[in-house]
Amino acid sequence: MKFSLSWLKQYLETDASLEDIALKLNAIGLEVEGIEDPAAKLAGFRVAKVLTADKHPQADKLQVLTVDTGEGVLQVVCGAPNARAGLVGVLGLAGATVPANGMVLKVAAVRGVESNGMMCSTRELELGDDHDGIIELPEDAPVGTPFADYHGADPVIEVAITPNRPDCMGVYGIARDLAAAGLGTLKPIEVLDIAGSFPCPVEVRTDDAEGCPAFYGRVIKGVKNGPSPQWLQDRLKSAGQRPISALVDATNYLMLAYGRPAHAYDLAKLSGGVVARRAKDGETVVALNEKTYTLDAEMTVIADDSGVHDIAGIMGGEHSGCGDETTDVLLEIAYFDPERIAKTGRKLNLTSDARSRFERGIDPNFLDTGLDHLTQLIQTLCGGEASQAVRSGAAPATPKIVHFDPALTEKLGGVRIEEAEQQRILESLGFSVVAEQANFDKSWAVTVPGWRPDVDGAPDIVEEVVRIHGLDKVTSVALPRADGVARPTATPTQALERRVRRAAAARGLHEAVTWSFLPSAEADAFADGNALWSLANPISEDMKVMRPSLLPGLLMAAKRNLDRGASSLRLFELGRRYLRGEGGASDERLALGFVLAGEKVSRGWATGKATVFDAYDAKAEVTALLAEAGAPVEKLQVMGVDDSGHGPQFHPGQSATLRLGPKNVLARFGMLHPTVAKQFDIEGPVAIAEIYLDAIPGKKSAATFARTRYAPPALQAVTRDFAFLVPVEQAAGDLVRMVAGADKANIVSARLFDDFRGQGVPEGQKSLALEVTLQPLEKSYKEEDLKAISAKVTAAAAKLGAVLRT
Amino acid sequence: MDYAATGQEALSRIAEASDLETLEALRVEFLGKQGSISGLLKTLGKLDPEERKVEGPKIHALRESVSDALAARKDVLETAALNARLASETIDLSLPAPEAPRGTVHPISQVMDEIAEIFADLGFSVATGPEIEDDWHNFTALNMPESHPARAMHDTFYFPDRDAQNREMLLRTHTSPVQMRTMLKDGAPLRIIAPGRVYRSDSDATHTPMFHQVEGLVIDKDVHLGHLKWTLETFLKAFFEREDIVLRLRPSYFPFTEPSVEADIGFTLIDGKRVIGGDPSKGEGGWMEVLGSGMVNRRVIEFAGLDPNEWQGFAFGIGIDRLAMLKYGMDDLRAFFDGDVRWLSHYGFSALDVPTLSGGVGTPA
Repeated sequence: MKFSLSWLKQYLETDASLEDIALKLNAIGLEVEGIEDPAAKLAGFRVAKVLTADKHPQADKLQVLTVDTGEGVLQVVCGAPNARAGLVGVLGLAGATVPANGMVLKVAAVRGVESNGMMCSTRELELGDDHDGIIELPEDAPVGTPFADYHGADPVIEVAITPNRPDCMGVYGIARDLAAAGLGTLKPIEVLDIAGSFPCPVEVRTDDAEGCPAFYGRVIKGVKNGPSPQWLQDRLKSAGQRPISALVDATNYLMLAYGRPAHAYDLAKLSGGVVARRAKDGETVVALNEKTYTLDAEMTVIADDSGVHDIAGIMGGEHSGCGDETTDVLLEIAYFDPERIAKTGRKLNLTSDARSRFERGIDPNFLDTGLDHLTQLIQTLCGGEASQAVRSGAAPATPKIVHFDPALTEKLGGVRIEEAEQQRILESLGFSVVAEQANFDKSWAVTVPGWRPDVDGAPDIVEEVVRIHGLDKVTSVALPRADGVARPTATPTQALERRVRRAAAARGLHEAVTWSFLPSAEADAFADGNALWSLANPISEDMKVMRPSLLPGLLMAAKRNLDRGASSLRLFELGRRYLRGEGGASDERLALGFVLAGEKVSRGWATGKATVFDAYDAKAEVTALLAEAGAPVEKLQVMGVDDSGHGPQFHPGQSATLRLGPKNVLARFGMLHPTVAKQFDIEGPVAIAEIYLDAIPGKKSAATFARTRYAPPALQAVTRDFAFLVPVEQAAGDLVRMVAGADKANIVSARLFDDFRGQGVPEGQKSLALEVTLQPLEKSYKEEDLKAISAKVTAAAAKLGAVLRT
Repeated sequence: MDYAATGQEALSRIAEASDLETLEALRVEFLGKQGSISGLLKTLGKLDPEERKVEGPKIHALRESVSDALAARKDVLETAALNARLASETIDLSLPAPEAPRGTVHPISQVMDEIAEIFADLGFSVATGPEIEDDWHNFTALNMPESHPARAMHDTFYFPDRDAQNREMLLRTHTSPVQMRTMLKDGAPLRIIAPGRVYRSDSDATHTPMFHQVEGLVIDKDVHLGHLKWTLETFLKAFFEREDIVLRLRPSYFPFTEPSVEADIGFTLIDGKRVIGGDPSKGEGGWMEVLGSGMVNRRVIEFAGLDPNEWQGFAFGIGIDRLAMLKYGMDDLRAFFDGDVRWLSHYGFSALDVPTLSGGVGTPA
C-alpha cells in the first residue's frame, strides 16, 4: 500500500515529521517498505529568474543567460527555445543531480562559454513529459526558494499490509492507527446523506444472498467524463495507480482512501435489471484486463439481461466499463462473501485490488457512506444528477462482541498497562468498551468495529493494546530453567545423523545439500520400482519429482563440478528419500549417499600415474561409516544388488549390497552403470554408494556407559597361514567367514591377504590365502592343539569346496 | 719375551685397520684359537709357579689391551660405516608427503548443530516431521482455513495426490506443522525446536524454492511475550556470540499466533560491511528481519487437543540459511545448494568443529 504524506494528512491532523511517522508505522505493525521523498530528489534545484538572454557566440541554437538565483547572478548556457529575459524557471546548481538521468551538474564550458548550472524542463525533473522547453513558473514565484518547497514536493510512503488488516488497505485506516498511537488527531468521515432527485431507473437486485448479501446502487445522469484533475491524478500516482478517466479514478480513489472497492457501469451498455447472481457453468466474460474467463456455478457475478458484466468483487467487464463517451453511470457498491471471493479468485487465478480487499473482509457498515462519497466525488468531477439509492439485501452488520479481561494483557502480553490506557487505546481504534458486572469476574464487553474482521477473540484485543502501547515496552523475562546442567536432547536418530555426517567429513568427503526435487528422468533412473511423488505445480521441469535416492542429485552436482574442471570429487549428502507410505502419507527415510569421481590419487612423484576410484573405495567408505553408525559390520553379508529387482544403476559385476540377514539392506555400493553415467553425462569411472540409515537396527537396551569386561590375554597370539584352491566364482568373503567361524574358541580373526590365479593354479580356480589369528587363553598351544585347529579350518573350508594347497 | 713390543705392534696394526673385515682378521690373528696372544696364554701352563706369577699378569695385560683396542676400533669403524650408510640414505623432505583428502560439513548442518546446542541449554529438545505434508497440518490446524488469504501468500507446492483422509498433499511451507504434530503426540508442557527443509514456489536472487527453517515452540501455563523476547535475545546473543545484539520487535500477522511479532536484528556498518550487533538507532547501520514469532493462537492449541484456558505459549520460525549467511559471511543463497566443491571447501567446516557450549558454538574464521 502506497500513499502520499499529504493524502495521509487529509485524515490525520499531525505535526509529526516524516521520520517520526515512519518509525511509528513500523512500531504498530505497518511495516515501512520504502519512503520516496521527492524533496530529496529536487535538492539543489531552485526558483530562478532569467535577467538577460543573448545569443551564444559559437552556436546558433544556444543562448547565454544571466540568471538571478536569489543569492547572486550566474551565467548559464541554455538550449531551450523559450528561454528569454524575464522568465522565472528552475535552475539546477552545480552539484545537483538531474532526477531523470542521474547526471551530476557541474561548472563547465559549453562551446567555450562557462555555464554554472542548468535551466530544467519538467521531464528532466520527472514532473511531466514536456521537454519542448524549460519550466515557466508564474512571474511572482519567489526567486531563490528551493524548488522542492515551491513545488510542494509530497513524500510517498509504502507500507506492507498484513492480510489481517483490510482496513489499512485504505489511507484512512492507516491514519486511524497512527492517531490511536498518539501521532495526531483523526478527522471523522463526513456523513453526506445524498438524497437523489429521482428514483433509480435501473433495477438493482441480488439473487445470491450468500455470495452477495447486499447490493446497493445509484445512477448519475448527465456526467461528462474526461481526465481527472491534477490533484486526483497525483494521489492515484502516489498510490501506484495509473489515472484513467474521472469516473474510473473516482472509484479507485474511494478504494484507496477507505479500502472500499466500488464499480461504475456505463448505463448505456446495460440492458434490463442488474443482478448479482451465481454464474452458470461455462458462462464467459471478458474482464477489464481483456482476458476471457470461463465461470462456474460457484462464482458470483453481476449480470444484466444480456449476460455477465462483472466477476463480482474481483474485476469488472470490458464491455460495460466507462469511457469518454459515457453520460450516465450506474454505481455499484456491494458486500461480497470473503470466502467465495477468495475461492473464485484462486480458481480463476485472477488477482486484483478489489479481490485483495473483499477476500480479507471490508466494513459491512460502510455501504451507504461509501456510495454517497463516491456520488459526491463524481458529481464534483463530472457533474450530473444523482438518483436515489437502491438497496437490495443487507450486509451482515451484527457487531462482534468480545469478552475481555484486561488482566489478560499482562498474562499473555507480558506487559502491565493501566486499564484506563487499555480502554483509551481500544476506543481510539474504534472499539467500544463496556465493563460487565458478571459475578466476580472483571470483564469487558468489547464491541469490534466493522472494519476489523480479524478481531474475534481476547488475544486479538491483547494484540491491539500491546501493539499500540508499544512492543518495545515488553521487557524480557527469562524462561524458568530446569535444575542442574542441560540434559541431552538429541533423539537417537539425530545423534546417529550427526555422528555419520562428521565421520564422512573426517574421511575426506564434502557434504553437499542438493534439491529435494529432481527432473523426472533422473528421478526415474533411481526409482527402483517405487511410486514417486511428483509435484502438480513445479517451479520448472528440472524440479519436479521428489528424490527416491540421494544419488541422482549428487551425480548432477558431480557433473557440474567436473564441467568446472574439478579433477577429484568426494561428495556426500545426508538427507531424506521420499517414498510413499501408508494411507497416502509420505515415507521419508534418512540416507547417506556419496559419489567418488575423477582421480582417487592424483599423479605423484612417489605414486606415479593418477589412479581412479573403484568399487573397493566405495566399500571402504561404506564399511567405515556403517561401523561409525554402530551397525554390526562383522555380521553383514555381501550380496548382489539385483536379486530383489533393484540396482540397475550399478555395474552388474562391480556392485553389491551389505545386508543384515537376507532382506535388510543396510547399504549398496559399486560402480555406476555406463548407461546411467551416459544419461547423467558423466565421463570416466564413478563409484557410488547409498547407506540406509533407517535400516540400521537401534540399540535395544537403554544406554549404559560401562563396557563389557575385558583384560588383554597374558599369552601371545599365534598366526597360521592357509592357502585354499577354490572355483573362480567362489566369493572370498564366504570363505573368510567360514574359516573365522571354524573354531570360535580359538580363532579371533581370519584375514584374507592373497587372491592369486595363474601359474600353478588350475584353470577355473583361484588360490585364496588367509592369515588366521589364534588366541590361547589358559595355556600355550601344543603341536597337537594347532593340528586340531588346522583340521577344523580345513574341514570348514571344505564345506565350500575349498581344497588346502600343499 | 718382549711383550711390550708385541703389544705395540698389535695396537698399531689394529689402529691402522681400515675396515671391519681387516679388524676381524686381526682379532683372529691375535686372539683366535690359533692366535699369537692366545698361544702365549697357553704357554703359562708349562711355566713353574714362580715364573707364572711374573709372566701371567704381563700376558693377561697384553691380551686385555689388544682386546680393548679391537673393541674400540670396531666401535669407530661401525660408527663410520653407519654414518656413511645414513649419509647415503638422505632424502629430500621438501618433497610433498602423501596427501589425505580433507572433507567438510555443510554450513547448514553446522548451523543446525549450533542451534540445537544453544537450545539444548535452554531445555528445548529437537523434533521432526514429514516434509511432504497434508494441508490440515500445514494450514488448517494452524488456523489457515481453505479460503484464508495467507494460504495464497505461501506459494505452496502441491501434489496431485490426496491422503486416506482426502487431505491435499503438499510440500510443507514452514516447519510449523511440526508444532502441531508434537503437541498432538506429546501434549504439554513442551519446549521444542524443529529444524528442517521447507519449500515455497519462489525463485530469484534471494529466494530458493527449498530452504531451511528452525521452528521453536514453548507451551506452558504462564509463558508470555516477555519470555518470547528473552528467548529470542538469548538465542541470538549466544548464536552470534555478541552481547550487543539489539532486537527490534514489530507487530505482525501470522494466522497461527496472536499476538504476532516480527523481529529485526540490528547491524552496524563497519568498512561498508554489515556486522550483526549494535543499536542502529544510535549510529550508522540498520535493521534486518530475521524471524517471525508470536503467542500461539488459541485455535491452534485447541486443534492440538489442549485446553487454551490452561495452556499458552509462544512459537517462532527462523531462516537457517539466512542465519548462516549473516554469521559466516556468504552472500549468495543459491550457492548453498550447488554442491560446488570449491565453495564447500571454503565455507564448509571441519569434522572436528563440533559446536559445544564449553568450546564455543561458533567456529572462528
